[in-house]
Parts: sequence; C-alpha cells; structure tokens
Amino acid sequence: MTASKQQFLDNPLGSETTLDDVLDAFELLDDWEERYAYIIDLSKQLPAFPDDERIEENYVHGCQSQVWLIDHFDEDSGRLYLLIDSDAMIVRGLAAIILVALNGKAPRDLLTTDVDELFEQLDLFRHISPTRGNGLRAMVGKIRDIAARQAA
Amino acid sequence: MTDLSVAKTAPTSGFDVAAARRDFPILSQQVNGKPLVYLDNGASAQKPQAVLDAMDRYYREMHSNVHRGAHTLGDRATTAFEGARETVRGFLNAESTRQIIWTRGTTEAINLVANGLAPRLKAGDEILVSQMEHHANIVPWQMVAERTGAKVVPVQVTPDGELDLDSFNSLLGDRTRVLAITHVSNVLGTVNPVAPLIEQAKARGVITVVDGAQAVPHFQPDVQALGCDFYAFSSHKVFGPTGIGVLYGKEQLLEEIPPYQGGGEMIERVSFERTTWNTLPYKFEAGTPAIAEAVGLAAAIDYLDGFDRPAMEAAENALLERANALVETVPGMSIIGTAQRKVPVLSFKIDGLHPSDIGTLLDQQGIAIRTGHHCAMPLMDFYGVPGTARASFAFYNTLEEVDQLFTGLQKIQRLFA
Repeated sequence: MTASKQQFLDNPLGSETTLDDVLDAFELLDDWEERYAYIIDLSKQLPAFPDDERIEENYVHGCQSQVWLIDHFDEDSGRLYLLIDSDAMIVRGLAAIILVALNGKAPRDLLTTDVDELFEQLDLFRHISPTRGNGLRAMVGKIRDIAARQAA
Repeated sequence: MTDLSVAKTAPTSGFDVAAARRDFPILSQQVNGKPLVYLDNGASAQKPQAVLDAMDRYYREMHSNVHRGAHTLGDRATTAFEGARETVRGFLNAESTRQIIWTRGTTEAINLVANGLAPRLKAGDEILVSQMEHHANIVPWQMVAERTGAKVVPVQVTPDGELDLDSFNSLLGDRTRVLAITHVSNVLGTVNPVAPLIEQAKARGVITVVDGAQAVPHFQPDVQALGCDFYAFSSHKVFGPTGIGVLYGKEQLLEEIPPYQGGGEMIERVSFERTTWNTLPYKFEAGTPAIAEAVGLAAAIDYLDGFDRPAMEAAENALLERANALVETVPGMSIIGTAQRKVPVLSFKIDGLHPSDIGTLLDQQGIAIRTGHHCAMPLMDFYGVPGTARASFAFYNTLEEVDQLFTGLQKIQRLFA
C-alpha cells in the first residue's frame, strides 16, 4: 500500500519532537559518543517507511548509503509533510534532525529555514557538506524543490 | 639521475616503524581531537618527506618543459624526468625504459591498452577478467567490447575470496584474446597467483594485462618473472604523488598498437598529408607530461629502496595477523576475504551496522577507513552486501593503531546496542 495521509500526520518529528527539544538535548551532550547515541535514538523516531514507496522515483542518490523521500501536501492546512528513510542509521538520525526542522511546515516557512546553519550550530555540518556523498544534501535540495513548487 | 636523486641509505636490517612514521609529516596530526589513525592506504597512501622535497626541489631548481633541449633548465628537467623513468624501469625490472609509459594512473593505463587492442578484437572474442576486478579493469574492456562485439567474461571468486581456478581453467579457451586481471584485490587483499595464470594464457597466445595498483604498495613486482604483456600501477598508491601512473608493456606489442592520444611529443613528423609517430615510449605520451610527479614517484621508489623489504613485509603481515586475531572481540564482525595469501587489507562487516555508520563513527575517533562498494560492485553483488568497511594498512601503521581500530569498533557496537 502507498503511504496514507495519516502516516504523514503521525510522524512525531516536527510535532511531538520539536527543533527546540533537539537543540536543548544537544546542549547537554558532552562527547561524540553521547552525541551519536542521541542521533541513533532520534533515528528510531522515524516512522516506518512504506515498502512499496522504495522505488527509483523516491530514491535520493548518495554514494555510500541509500535515502528515500516522499511528501504529502495537505491542502486543508497548507502544510507539507515528509517521510524519509535510509539504510544507514546515522543518516536516519540526521534525517530525523532535518525533519524536526522542516516537517509539517508551510512551504514558505520551510524555504526560510536554513538547514546548513542548523547543522553548523549542532557541529554536524560536515555530514551535509558537499564533500560527503551520503545523500543528505541532495535530500535537503529535493525537499526545498518540493516546497518551492507548492509555494509557487 | 645523478645530481637529483635522494641520497640512498643502505638498507638496514629489521624495520623500525617509529622511524618510518617520522618520514611522513601528515601522520602526526590530530583529527576530531584524536591522533590521526590513517587506515585508508588502499585508496591513497601518504607521502614521505623525501617525495615532498624532491618535488619542491624540482620546481625550485630545474623546472622547464622536457625534450626541447634549447637551454640548461630544459636539460635539467629532461634529465630528472628520464632518470625517473629509469628508476621505474628498475623498480619493475623491465628490460628497457622504452617499455615504461607515463600515464595519469592505472585507470588511464588500462584504457590505453584496451583501446590499443581494440583493432585486434572482433565479434565472438572474449576478454577474461575476474569478479574481483576494480571497475577500472572492467569498464574499459566493456567499452571496447561494445565497439568490437567482443565479450567480457568474469572468472569466478570463491567465498574465501580466492580466484576460482576451476572457473579460470574452464573459461580460458579458444575465444579468449585477452586476460586482464588484478595482481591484488583492492577489497579482499587477495594476492592472485598471476604468474601461472599468465603462463597458461601465453601458451594459448592470449595477451595478458595485470592491474598492479594494489600490489606495488606492499611488494615489488618483477615483470620479466611474471611474463605479462602489460603491467599498470599508480604512483599515489606507492607513496608517490597523484596524477601519474605507469604502463609497462612488451616492446613488440607497444610497437604494434596505435597511439592512444594525439598531440605534441608523440609525433615524429606532422604534415597535412601524413603524420608519423615518435618512437617508444614517447609515442604514447602526447602533451606535456607530469614532470614533477615523475620525479616525485622516483623519489618514492628510492625511498622504499632504503628499507629492508622482507622485514617491512613481515611488519605488514604482523598488522594483518593482529587484526585477524582481534576480530572475535567485536561480536557480529566478520571478514570478507580470507584468502591464503593476502596483503594487509581488512574488509569487514558487522551485523546490524551499515558500513557508512562504521566509517562515520570511526572518523569521530580520528580513524580513517574506507566504506562503500570500493569501485567493485560485481564483487559486492557476489557477497550480497551493499558495501563493506575496509581498513587498509601501510608499513607505517603500528600494532597500537590496529588495537585502536578495534577499540573504536567495540565502542561503536556499544552505541548501537
């Protein structure tokens, strides 16, 4: 079955878990082990990704890990909802951070959110820098393209 | 290269890894707040001070274009450049410097050979490669096969990561025209028994091409003993600079095959009616070559000559043995590639962990490894993995660094537990 509207709305990232939650949590993390343990925890909040959506159309090309992305624009609320998955856990956790920043926003608000700056702030920028071939940067680009189309 | 070569020190017996490390300035730095542990040598090796000095000195004192002969700097540059060719000839034990062609690397060398052999290939002919080849020894042949109607046929690999000799024997046949095989697998570390394979192939008149990219950092090949028609390697994997590599070829074949690229240097005489080719090796060296890089590569080879090579190889083996012994300290870890004869390359997987997660979290600890498909997708398919994590060691790595790798892996596993 393809993803239902409810699956998009049930995504806790960006609603139950907010960007402030993540920023607050990062404040308290001392070393790399704690930081990445938290990122791994966040990865577990990603809702299950529908198997039949794992198709070329939804695939974001990365060199080392695979990323899938689907979206749903809710006409009633005017908000854009996203589901993401990856086969690599750290990429999933980083995708979760991207979702707390971008998921369930009006496209115009989404487009004013600076993901690079957020990742700089969290000292995770290297993961979405152009030198990393993990698909995250391409994914953020794809989300922004979707939002731009909706906002147009 | 009398006035240019780095003073050769007499090989001392034994191998002092601490002293060797001091020759590599890049190794004494911190990454992510931890001392760098560089275990990605299979991708590219680091450069000793001798190489940096040789290139610096070349640019400061003798740079000019080569083979133009009108002035003193040109003479110096040419002497250094051709001296480097002689050093490489000695390294490979080739008969003549006419057989040493500079290329941009192993990849370009194989492309040169594949294109040169294309006119000899026709529909139905077979090019034998192996399932453990790097894409650089698959794709050029596929491109030539597409043009000529020939077929690229892979020799199978056993689950241990050995070349399957039964498969080789059954596939080497009347249609085989070329055997293109890697000396050492970049993923598995397997040292292939290339000499007997070449002998069998030669007996059938098959042209043999050896990809030596992963062999030269660990041992010195002898092209005459191997008997291969072509041997290719890259400078940057043997502690020399990037941007240059070498193709060795049997002289008669090099004479026979057409030039790869046209331009300056590779010609004898150009007119709009008829252009004739320069002699070997220049026939294959169109354009201004990578002169400083050739000098740097020669310095790397001279540097390696200063070591007791058997002692160095023994030290590398000790690294691999220690790593193998520690595998059981990481639950769920398994090695991909357990051939009898290996260079110190450790491809592995850990149950439940994606290679990219392993690479990211080792990097946090200052440990550099490679993760991914290693440009060997057919081999990944054979093992049914999306990729592996690979620690590839060089002689300057220490047993303590092997221990740090495993401590790092244990930490990562606890994070995911």
